[in-house]
Parts: sequence; structure tokens; C-alpha cells
Amino acid sequence: MPTQPITSETMPKEHYLNADYGIRSWLLTIDHKRIALLYLLSVTVAFALGGAYAVLVRLELLTPAGDFFTAENYNKMFTAHGVIMVFFFMIPAIPATLGNFLLPMMIGAKDLAFPRINLLSWYLYVVGFLVTLGALFVGGLDTGWTFYTPYSTAFANSNVVAAGVGIFISGFSSILTGFNFIVTIHKMRAPGMTWFRMPLFVWAHYATSLIQILGTPVVAVTILMVAAERLFKFGFFDPTRGGDPILFQHLFWFYSHPAVYIMILPAMGVISELVTCFSRKRVFGYDFIAMSSLAIAVLSFLVWAHHMFVSGMSVYAAMIFSALSFLVAIPSAIKVFNWTATLFRGSVSWQTPMLYAMGFIGLFLIGGLTGLFLASVGLDIHVTDTYFIVAHFHYVMVGGTIMAYLGGLHFWWPKMTGRLYPEWWARVSAVLVFVGFNTTFLPQFILGYLGMPRRYYAYPEEFQVLNVMSTAGASILGVGFLLPIFYLAWSMRYGRISSANPWPATGLEWQTPSPPPTENFPRTPVVDEEAYDYTRPPKEIALV
Amino acid sequence: MAEHTPHADAVDLGPHEHVVSPKLYVGIFAALMVLTYLTVEAAGHDFGIFNTVVALGIASTKALLVIAFFMHVRWAGKLVVLVVASGFVWLGFLILITMSDYLSRGFSLVTG
Amino acid sequence: MSDAHAGPLRHHFATLQQQKESATLGMWVFIAQEIMFFGGLFGTYAIYRYLYYAAFEDASHHLDWKLGAINTGVLICSSLTMALAVHAAAVGKGKQIAAWIAATILLGSIFLGVKVVEYKEKFDHHLVPGPKFHYVPHAEAARAADPEIDRHSQIYFSLYFMMTGLHALHMIIGIPLLAWMGWRGWRGEFSALYHSPIEITGLYWHFVDIVWIFLFPLLYLIGHH
Repeated sequence: MPTQPITSETMPKEHYLNADYGIRSWLLTIDHKRIALLYLLSVTVAFALGGAYAVLVRLELLTPAGDFFTAENYNKMFTAHGVIMVFFFMIPAIPATLGNFLLPMMIGAKDLAFPRINLLSWYLYVVGFLVTLGALFVGGLDTGWTFYTPYSTAFANSNVVAAGVGIFISGFSSILTGFNFIVTIHKMRAPGMTWFRMPLFVWAHYATSLIQILGTPVVAVTILMVAAERLFKFGFFDPTRGGDPILFQHLFWFYSHPAVYIMILPAMGVISELVTCFSRKRVFGYDFIAMSSLAIAVLSFLVWAHHMFVSGMSVYAAMIFSALSFLVAIPSAIKVFNWTATLFRGSVSWQTPMLYAMGFIGLFLIGGLTGLFLASVGLDIHVTDTYFIVAHFHYVMVGGTIMAYLGGLHFWWPKMTGRLYPEWWARVSAVLVFVGFNTTFLPQFILGYLGMPRRYYAYPEEFQVLNVMSTAGASILGVGFLLPIFYLAWSMRYGRISSANPWPATGLEWQTPSPPPTENFPRTPVVDEEAYDYTRPPKEIALV
Repeated sequence: MAEHTPHADAVDLGPHEHVVSPKLYVGIFAALMVLTYLTVEAAGHDFGIFNTVVALGIASTKALLVIAFFMHVRWAGKLVVLVVASGFVWLGFLILITMSDYLSRGFSLVTG
Repeated sequence: MSDAHAGPLRHHFATLQQQKESATLGMWVFIAQEIMFFGGLFGTYAIYRYLYYAAFEDASHHLDWKLGAINTGVLICSSLTMALAVHAAAVGKGKQIAAWIAATILLGSIFLGVKVVEYKEKFDHHLVPGPKFHYVPHAEAARAADPEIDRHSQIYFSLYFMMTGLHALHMIIGIPLLAWMGWRGWRGEFSALYHSPIEITGLYWHFVDIVWIFLFPLLYLIGHH
């Protein structure tokens, strides 16, 4: 088993990147692989912008006094960070880049079911992003990414409606991607590719798509209601007009809780692929991992009010939501156990994707376990709206999703570009990300538990040491995130040329050249073996 | 007219081509109009809480007729039925679980 | 990129059957999404009707149930004509498709026309939420039953406008789509073998009908009349 990726002398002569030239061939493409790269570029821009706002937030928090920004401007900074990161990075990152690129290939299809709608999804994303950025830059939004009423409807002077419109538009990007994936997985699988032979990455994206379809429309209509309240003085959420602000929270979190599973499920799909390849061992408990993805998709819709325990909702309903929230941790735990069992007695190698995968498992564990603390109503009341919450969700979102995203990006980079990334630089970045991340967010658990509130620009003196540590960690984390942008771009021109299957890994996507031809497979593959069979050398595709 | 035959490995083979007779459509249309009349008629009487039940029951029946016959779900595969059902089940989650908050706000297991 | 030379089969599908099934499944998945989209409003309605039943009942009497019933009949009729248009496509009768679609569009337009009349009436009676809202209870006892009836009835009318407005918007989007399908049908682009665009447009139109089937009793027929 090679510990160095297999290189090649030459790139394939014709592939999807050189099939056509010019800006029109990119902006009017219907090739899912090109659309994936369009998304890659867009979400990277979003990540950089969201990260810039994070830098500003952490700069303010270096000192206990609110001396860098005014209170209102600080509100605008963390709101911008949240809005950009949640809606324009975390939700689309893995599905729209890796999912778009790999899904058809993994099931042996030529493209997604609706290629033109796929392109429309990207345009909706871009338009939504530009509209939202307009609102964030010109005048700003200070409600927090959660838009709670009645502040957002009756009191905020900021661009709530404009930002809402931008997010609404990008919501439809998400819905259309989900809808495309569902139909593709049902209808476009190659002969012999039964449901239980599909890669777990596909299962994960199927479950994600279910959430996108069933959850996003609710937040979309809620945004319309907020806009109607601001523009036409409808009174849905305004107590002075007979409305209930808590109803907004119900409607908002009905989507926004499942949304976090939109963010984590694809990441879990990536991890399944990485762990099996870099242990050279079939994934343990395939059926359980597949079914747990569906279980998460369903259960995620039943727990939303754990974000609302202190809102004034019924205590009795809160108890039910608390119990259900404990339940939803079980399928996630099943996955972690199965990945660990996959590693056991495997032949483990430590290339960059595996570093990220191992980082994911540890950090997701911490994030997930602290989620259980928060599911307990009694403890949640103590730490809600403190930095404990901030630390919890950054552990799952950054320590979880972003590490998986980076791991997947590196793993499939040779497939997407035909080039190998520079391994040494990549490992250094992975370590910087891990160290920087923990230095940033571990102190925040302590800060939150000690009582430091979130969304405040000033804090008591005694919290300064931990805050300075957190900001220092953020600098390291920033370097760790910036480096890949540079060396990955560099590798597209100067990286060593990869073979078709450098690792080598199982999966249909690896049985076609790197980079692949536009139609993915010269002829439709026929599948006759189970997924992840690492006992045999990777075979050539059986052609029809 | 194509027959409705079961498929061999019918995992994802969707609806078989099934041309519905216009007479059936007209029949369903008549039923829908009758039900509309009934719902207006029922609203003219005082059934107390059951006014709501009757109204929703009639509306659901009408919806079911449209879904099954006008939208061909009667002859569609299990997958389509699952998709339709999921939409309504999720709607149920949203409405019923949110309602549970409002319904239980007045509870008091502890006096004082 | 266009596949005009290959007929209706798109390059990434193996067979026309696969393409048709994908289109149909896709439209159903989209409809499931639409159920949730309207669902947020139906949920809001359910909560506020539960909380402010007396106000909702009284406010409902300000709606003209006869116009609502007529509109319900009109829309159901349009579902019939839509189904007949799809049938015409399935048996390959292009000109008939166009005729039935024209009927559907006509009925849809009548529906919208009635809505305009209703909205204008609300406007004239100061029942549009906002600074000019002024509520006069329908029943004498209503204000005694609910002292806050001014605020609660405003919630009812907010829901009325939002729900019927969103519904009307879906019809306004649907009508050009129908016109396009009618045009294609007239030009003979559909056959017994290939007519899924009109079939899925039909699914969309029927869904819009179903939303109204629920809106009518919930908005117009609360309590008894």
C-alpha cells in the first residue's frame, strides 16, 4: 500500500477543464464539475469575507472595554460574520462543491438529473450573496444572524428586508440543489449500483437534500413574514399588534436547527470516505452509517426548541424537546463508533486528508458532547447566550464541518485538477488549523461557563486572559486557512501530475481519468461489487 | 391505452404510462363541486367545535381527490406516494409540535 | 449545449422514460417543498386561530363567502380543464391542448379578477393591516368576547392578505407557464411519447388549487354563518 500518492507523467489529453475555453464556457456551463468549481470559487470568497469579520470581532475582544467599535457597529460585525458564514459558506460548502462534483460520478452518471437547474442554483447563490453583501456593507445589519423579533421587525434601523431578500434568494439555491440531488440519486444510478452499494458520501448527501427540501421553505416564508411586518405593518410577531415573538423563533428554528445538520451530514459523508481509504479497510457498519444519516435527517426536525429554552416557551414542551435532543445524538454517536471500528486493525497512513479526518473525529466528539450538555434544560439555562454556546457550535461547525471540507478538498483535489497538492505544506496547514482552532475555542468554553455573555463587545477584566488567548489562536487558525488557498492555487499549475487513482481509493469516481472527461465515463459503468472493497487492488471499470 | 402492470425489480421505476379517461375527470370534478357545496352548507349550521373538524375533513377529502386523480398519484409508484406523504407529515410536525408549546403554556404541575 | 438535433431526449439521460420519471419526481419533490412553504403560514394561522378564536370568527364574517365559494368553483373547474389538457397531450391532440389550456388560463384570470374585487373591498373598509386599519366588529358581542379584538383581527387580516396574496402570486407565475405550454402544444411539440412538461405544469397548477381548497374554509367559513 503506497504511502505516497501515485503520480503520472502526463495529464489526460482531453478532460472537462480543457473541453472548452473562454468565460462563456464557464458562465453558461451545464457540466456539474465546472459548476462545482464555480461554487468552489464563490464559497472561498464567502469564507474569506466571513473570516475577515471574525478577525474584527476578535480584535475588539482583545480588550475588556469596547474601544475598537461602537456597540452598534460591533453588532454589525458579528451579524455579518454569522450571516455570511452560515448562509453563504457552511450550507453550500460541501454539497455544492464536493457534492456537485462527485455525486454523479460516484453513482456512475453523466451529470445531475437537471444540469441547467444546477447552473441556476449557482446564479441564485451569487445573486443572493451580492444582495446580502449590499445590505451588510451599506448601512449594515445588527440583528444577529438569527433576526429575532420584535427587534428585527419593529426596532432595528438596519437593512433587515434587504438582507432577508438576499438570504431568501440563496435559500432557493439550496432548495434546488437538494431537489437535484434527490432526483439524481433515485433515477440516475448506473446498472448494478443498488442503494446499499452506494458510497456513504452519497447517502449523506441524500439525507442532507431531504433537510434542504423540507426545512428551507419554512425559513423562506418566515423571512417574507418579517419583511411584511416591516414594510406593511402586519403584526405576526409584534406583541403590541397581537403577535407573539416566540412564534418567530419557532418558525426560524424549525429550519435553522435542521440547517446545522445540512452543514454536518455532508461532512460526515466525507469522513466515511477518508477513514476507509486511509485505513485500507472496508468501513465498519456500512448499513448503520447509511441509516443513521436518514435518522439524523428525520430527528433533526423534532428538536428545534432547544434553542428556545429561555424564550418564555412552555416548560413542558421544553422538556419534550430536551428528551428528543438527547435522542438525536445517538445516530451521530453510531457514526463515530463505526469510524473508530474501521480504524481498528486497519493499515493507517497519515496523509493530509487523514489528518483532517482524525481532527474531525476528535473535535466533533467534543462539540457533540457539549451539545448534550445544552440539551439538558437545567444546564442550558445557565450557559445559554454565553460563550459556551459559541464554543459548542464552532467545535461542530469548524472543528467538524470545515475540517472535513478541507480533508475532502485535499482528497479529491487530484481528481478535480489532475494535480497533487504539496504534501508538506498541506500537513503544516492541517496542524496549524488544529492547534489554532483549539487555542481559539477551548478557552471559550471556560469563558461561557464563567458567565461571559455572547454578542457583547465589552466584558469584565477577569476574562481578558482567556480572550487574548482566543484571539491569538484565531491568528494561527487564520494562517492555517490561508495557506491552502495559496498552495492549492499554486498546485493547479505547478503541482505534480496525479495518476487517475493516486491514493488509490475505491469508488467509481477514481476509475475514470484525473481530471475526468466531460461525460465522466466513456461508457456507462456496470457495478457488481460492494463499496469499499480494499481487499482487492482497484479494478478497471467494467464497461457496458 | 397502457395497462398498469407491476414491474420486475420495481425499486425506482416510477409511474407507468396510464392515460386516464376524461369521464373520470368529470366525475371527480362533480364530486369536488358537491363537496364544496357541502362545506358551505355545513358552515351554516352550528356544530360547535365540529365545524372545524367538518371543514378540514371536507377540505382534506377534496385535496385527496385532486392528488389521487387529477395528479395521477393513484397510478404512481410508491416513491411519489412517499414524497407526497412526507410533505404532509412534515407539515404536521411543524404545526402540531409548535402548537404543543401554546397548548401547554397554561399547564401548571406546581401550584403557586 | 442544446440538443435540438437529438429530439426531446437530453444527453445525460439514457432513455426518455428515465427523463420523464426524473421530471415527474422532481416536480413532486418541489411540491413537497411548496407544502412546507405555505406550511409556515398555515402553522401561524393555526396558532393564532387557537389563541384568538373569537376575533377570527368575527373577522371571517367580513369576507364575502359567496365570492369565495365562486372562486373555489372556478379554480376546481380550472383543475378539470388542466387535467383535460394533459389528457389531450397524452393522446397526441396538439390543438386540443391549447384549447384546454386557454380555458384554464381564462378561469385562473377570473379567479384573480374576483380577488382584485375582494381586495379593493377590504381596502375600502379599512381592513388592510397598517396605520389605516380600523375594525368594526361584525357581531355585537364580539368586542365583549375579546376586548383586544382590534389587535387580534388585524392578525387575522395580516394572515388573510399574506396567504391569499402568496397564493395569487403562485397563480400569476403559473399563468405564463401555462401559456408557454399551450403555445408548445399548439405547435405540435408534444406527443403521446413526450409530454412531461405539460404534465408537470399540471401538477403545479393542481397544487395551487389544493392550497385554495384549504384556504377557503379556513378563511371564509370560520364558525358558522
